[in-house]
Amino acid sequence: MTQPLLELKDVSVSFDGFYALTDLSLTLNKGELKSIIGPNGAGKTTFLDVITGKVRPTKGTVTFKGHSLVGLSEQRISREGIGRKFQTPRVFENLTVQRNLELSASPHKSAFNLLVDRLPVSAKDEVQRLMNYVGLSPFATTKAGSLSHGQKQWLAIAMLVAQSPEVLLLDEPVAGLTDEETVRTAELIKSLAGDHTVVVIEHDMEFIRDLKAPVTVLHQGQLLTEGPLEKVKQDPRVIEVYLGQADSD
Amino acid sequence: MKIFRRLLPWILLAIALFILPAILSDFRLNLFGRYFSLAITALAIDLIWGYTGLLSLGQGIFFALGGYGVAMYLTLNTESGAGGNGIPKFFENYGVDQLPFFWQPFWSPAFTLIALWLIPAIVAGLVGYLIFRNRIKGVYFSIITQAALMVFFHFFNGQQKLINGTNGLKTSTTELFGQLVGSSDMQLWMYRLTVLLLPVAFLICRYFTTRRFGDALIAIRDDEQRLRFGGFNPVPFKTLVFIVAGALCGVSGALYTVQSGIVSPQFMSISFSIEMVIWVAVGGRGTLVGPIIGAILVNYLRSLVSEALPEFWLFVQGALFIFVVVLMPDGIYGWFTGGGLRQLLAAFGMAPKSRTYPQLDEEVAALNDLS
Ligand SMILES: Nc1ncnc2c1ncn2[C@@H]1O[C@H](COP(=O)(O)OP(=O)(O)OP(=O)(O)O)[C@@H](O)[C@H]1O
Ligand SMILES: [Mg+2]
Repeated sequence: MTQPLLELKDVSVSFDGFYALTDLSLTLNKGELKSIIGPNGAGKTTFLDVITGKVRPTKGTVTFKGHSLVGLSEQRISREGIGRKFQTPRVFENLTVQRNLELSASPHKSAFNLLVDRLPVSAKDEVQRLMNYVGLSPFATTKAGSLSHGQKQWLAIAMLVAQSPEVLLLDEPVAGLTDEETVRTAELIKSLAGDHTVVVIEHDMEFIRDLKAPVTVLHQGQLLTEGPLEKVKQDPRVIEVYLGQADSD
Repeated sequence: MKIFRRLLPWILLAIALFILPAILSDFRLNLFGRYFSLAITALAIDLIWGYTGLLSLGQGIFFALGGYGVAMYLTLNTESGAGGNGIPKFFENYGVDQLPFFWQPFWSPAFTLIALWLIPAIVAGLVGYLIFRNRIKGVYFSIITQAALMVFFHFFNGQQKLINGTNGLKTSTTELFGQLVGSSDMQLWMYRLTVLLLPVAFLICRYFTTRRFGDALIAIRDDEQRLRFGGFNPVPFKTLVFIVAGALCGVSGALYTVQSGIVSPQFMSISFSIEMVIWVAVGGRGTLVGPIIGAILVNYLRSLVSEALPEFWLFVQGALFIFVVVLMPDGIYGWFTGGGLRQLLAAFGMAPKSRTYPQLDEEVAALNDLS
């Protein structure tokens, strides 16, 4: 059996005694596309925080390609090839769209390289391609701060792709997008899977169905169940904690 | 218009180099030389605060270090200023008959020319690295830099036997190339040197703020943590920029010292370092041009007000600061480039009113381009 790309074992995270994650174990294989759902406060974002080094697990291990990520700085983990899009799109508001992307696309990330290197043509082309794909080309020289919420969302996703990580962790990528944009984002994500390993956190069920990926359900910091969406939806525990709520309103 | 914009820097440089010396008295010219040297400090603060978001209230440290460097050289190398045992006279007052070890290298002009920016740079590097490595940010950064300033101030103030303590070192009565530094000939040369070094400082700052390095600085200001998740370590960026700013402040302090005629621990007073920040805020941070304007304008005003009503300057400065912060958050230069003048003229019916949503028009144009 091959070793999983990313593995969490018995991870717990406690914030002053409140457990945001409890004994969570989860594996991610290379090229896999996985979606994660769960009610508000289930610990989905915290799960990403643990992987990306924002939060240190109180207990348990996180291993990537066989070595531990616990205690590494955010930038180290990012350079290992794990990239993340935040729940609220975080972009650099005072940089233009193009410069946001060019910064993310920088192949070498040291201060020295950013001072003396020119951005390689291949990276420049990639930036153009991404701007076209997400429809932000007309806004190339607009400051990111004046984009609409949906545009920021797309810019944030494009920045993540420009960074070309091996693993993409997407926290609510379609929140605030129109239906049409949501469909397009699903396409983008599906096209990335295979070459990349992708984790998508979402509340939007249509979108999750669109992705046709196995679903993991988190609840109160614990893994409730895993499986294809259709099967998960039948699970009475899931209906009780999550879908039941959602369907009733 | 475009040609004019390209020529403008050269025109200004020519005015500063040839016209001002011709029309101003020695006294006024010397004051302008001081303003220009202070403008270099303003540039440095713009680099770290305007671009990178690091509000340092301790730049006086580096300014003073540069000033002391040049003053020590001049004091040492002035024959007439030496006491019986061949070392600067003031040491006699405290019964010191051996030159303190750290004075020794300042016999050398080459060492001095390097030291006046390198020593501030090294101090900035050490202080900066420790602060940034420990992820100290925002208000805490400002407080720590101010605390560091106080430490340096008290050290220099208390060490009569090492650097003449509170009296500082006088440079106007020292000699350079056999001439009195305070003489009007010498002062003219110092003025010219300052006028030439200001654009150099500007170009250095522009080098660090254009290209992706500059984008990373703005990214640090906007959302430092986000930058980390992009794989960048902000610490070297911040440390480097703090070092560059320290070096620039050192040069600025040296130029100021030779033109004001004295360096003293007052260069490290809390209020002076805060004033430096005010120049940048008034001129317009994050613009490079703005801080130069700010430093010159505020200090010119200061001279005018102080000459007429000495006790009023602090009120005027406070009022100016509040006025600018409230009404021109982007400073004078930002206000100009942001169409402020047009709005003002429009308010008096002297120019067409600006469109309310320029951005909307841009978007419509962009959409038209698409289809
Ligand atoms: N830094 C923190 N300090 C204290 N509590 C926290 C912290 N971060 C998260 N929590 C708590 O941990 C729990 C899980 O939060 P998390 O953000 O992971 O939920 P989520 O599943 O992403 O929810 P949502 O769907 O609303 O985004 C919540 O109860 C939250 O209040
Ligand atoms: Mg969340």
